[in-house]
Amino acid sequence: MKHRHVKQLGLIAAVLLSALASAYSGSINSYYLQVIIFVGINIVLAVSLNLINGYTGQFSLGHAGFMAIGAYVSAYLSTEQSAGVFNALGGVGTLSIAAVFLGALLLGGIAAAIAGLAVGIPSLRLKGDYLAIVTLGFGEIIRVLIQTTEAVGGARGYSGIANYTTLFWTYTIAALTVYIVLSLIDSTYGRGFLTVRDDEIAAEAIGINTTRYKVTAFTLGAFFAGIAGGLYAHTTTYINPSGFDFQLSIQIVIMVILGGMGSTWGVVLAAIVLTLLLEYLRFVAGYEWLPDLVRRIAANRTIIFSLVLIGLMLLRPQGLFGALPRMGGAAKRVREPRRRHKPDEPGPGATR
Amino acid sequence: MSIPLLDLNKCTIRFGGLTAVSAVDMQIGSQDLLGLIGPNGAGKTTVFNIITGVYQPTSGTITFNNKPTAGLKPNVIAKRGIARTFQNIRLFPTLSVYDNVRAAFNLRLRHRLAHALSRFPSFYREENQIKARVMEMLEIFGLAHEEHLLCGSLPYGDQRRLEIVRALATQPKLLLLDEPAAGMNPREKEELMELIRFVKEKYQIAVLLVEHDMKVVMGICQRVVVLDYGIKIAEGTPEEVQKNAKVIEAYLGEEPSAA
Repeated sequence: MKHRHVKQLGLIAAVLLSALASAYSGSINSYYLQVIIFVGINIVLAVSLNLINGYTGQFSLGHAGFMAIGAYVSAYLSTEQSAGVFNALGGVGTLSIAAVFLGALLLGGIAAAIAGLAVGIPSLRLKGDYLAIVTLGFGEIIRVLIQTTEAVGGARGYSGIANYTTLFWTYTIAALTVYIVLSLIDSTYGRGFLTVRDDEIAAEAIGINTTRYKVTAFTLGAFFAGIAGGLYAHTTTYINPSGFDFQLSIQIVIMVILGGMGSTWGVVLAAIVLTLLLEYLRFVAGYEWLPDLVRRIAANRTIIFSLVLIGLMLLRPQGLFGALPRMGGAAKRVREPRRRHKPDEPGPGATR
Repeated sequence: MSIPLLDLNKCTIRFGGLTAVSAVDMQIGSQDLLGLIGPNGAGKTTVFNIITGVYQPTSGTITFNNKPTAGLKPNVIAKRGIARTFQNIRLFPTLSVYDNVRAAFNLRLRHRLAHALSRFPSFYREENQIKARVMEMLEIFGLAHEEHLLCGSLPYGDQRRLEIVRALATQPKLLLLDEPAAGMNPREKEELMELIRFVKEKYQIAVLLVEHDMKVVMGICQRVVVLDYGIKIAEGTPEEVQKNAKVIEAYLGEEPSAA
């Protein structure tokens, strides 16, 4: 317990650093600034999904849906409902903008969390593939609902959102997300998430309420996805329901898998690398000296993602930084001394 | 016997047309070491699963510590004071030896989600208390030097021991051991018997032991209940049970010369 406060200090340092960076953001090329903000948003998304998929072992494909809820709720509030707040706070200023923006983000996050709770409670009886399908369906339902809601622009998208998202807010929230997930896991309470992932029956036998842990993971994860959605809406200033489709969920899942399920820092790194890689591919697609085939592949992100995923599953199925063996899988059984008594059932999804 | 700690009264469970356990009565006193034996498929593990809430009995009642437990979920029953180990060891494979035991303190936590995030001094006090108690238990059971290892890398006997330690960390009044001697060599079995006696003495708890190995059962149990095809066919001291004609028949068949 020597470094008891290292997490809190890290959080404060990260907030100060993002404030400093934000102060100089005026001198950064606006394209680069946008990319840096996307990196931060993807960190929030990937780290919060890692709580559900990585630490608690519940395979969710609904993160884009939660993000869409947060994006639309916060955008609607800050655009349509902010006039009263601005009047009460004496006009548009730095402070009143911060109040409106934070309020909208928070309510967007809460709306997403409520959706997470609503999806979580009935569907957490399901496991593995079934849960993935239900969450996938949920994400699609959200998208279609938004598409048919004229108040937020329907399929045309929602435009005219104020550009409130700054480097400071993005990275403060990213740091908070990392802090919350890390300190949650690093506690006797938080170890409960891992026991749910490792062995539900054993977890219940030592008194762990597995349902409650799963719902908590879903609600918290959805909350941060909603906040990330709010950040996204207030930096692009235009959102469109088709932007929150299945592919986006997959993209976030790939960040988690690449970083290593259940390794927060690995996932942070994967979010950074993948976001930058995707942006860089835009340039690659434009390099005329490259063979046509390479440029065409670079222009199509899905191909790159599939290749990354296939390579990863073949070479390092636990992810780049997932030092731990995959849940109850082959890695554990190899090391275990052979049992004479009862042969184990073959591990599900053993890769090799 | 005074009021038993655990009282199974005419417990029956049916899976479709199969009656796995039929009208079983069983009492365990607060300091008993009871053995539950029977041939393969006799329903021993099913009885375990009824007691721990994994299955709900089709009929009959279960009373633990004067309170009915039928219908409660396994985690609630664990909190009431029944801990168990599994026939095929179920440790948490991605957690260290230390964390496997630490996780079992979860159910007595006072500080939960909000404290884990805010990290007030009371949070650290509780975490330090848990740490001290986990280390104490690991010392007692000779696993302290392995605290940082993943549990999967422990030798088989140590994994069995760790599972028992984890169960004890929930501070049970009754410990259920499901075939703890399975896959052990004679020396390991001796150590296991020693361990079970020690645990019972040290923590003053009741133990219910399901076991195939007669040497282990007869060596440490005060009383033995025998199941066959889901029906209780005998109960008594190990000596009595060994002489019981029904038991001999269940294990060895009807030929009198076989005994």
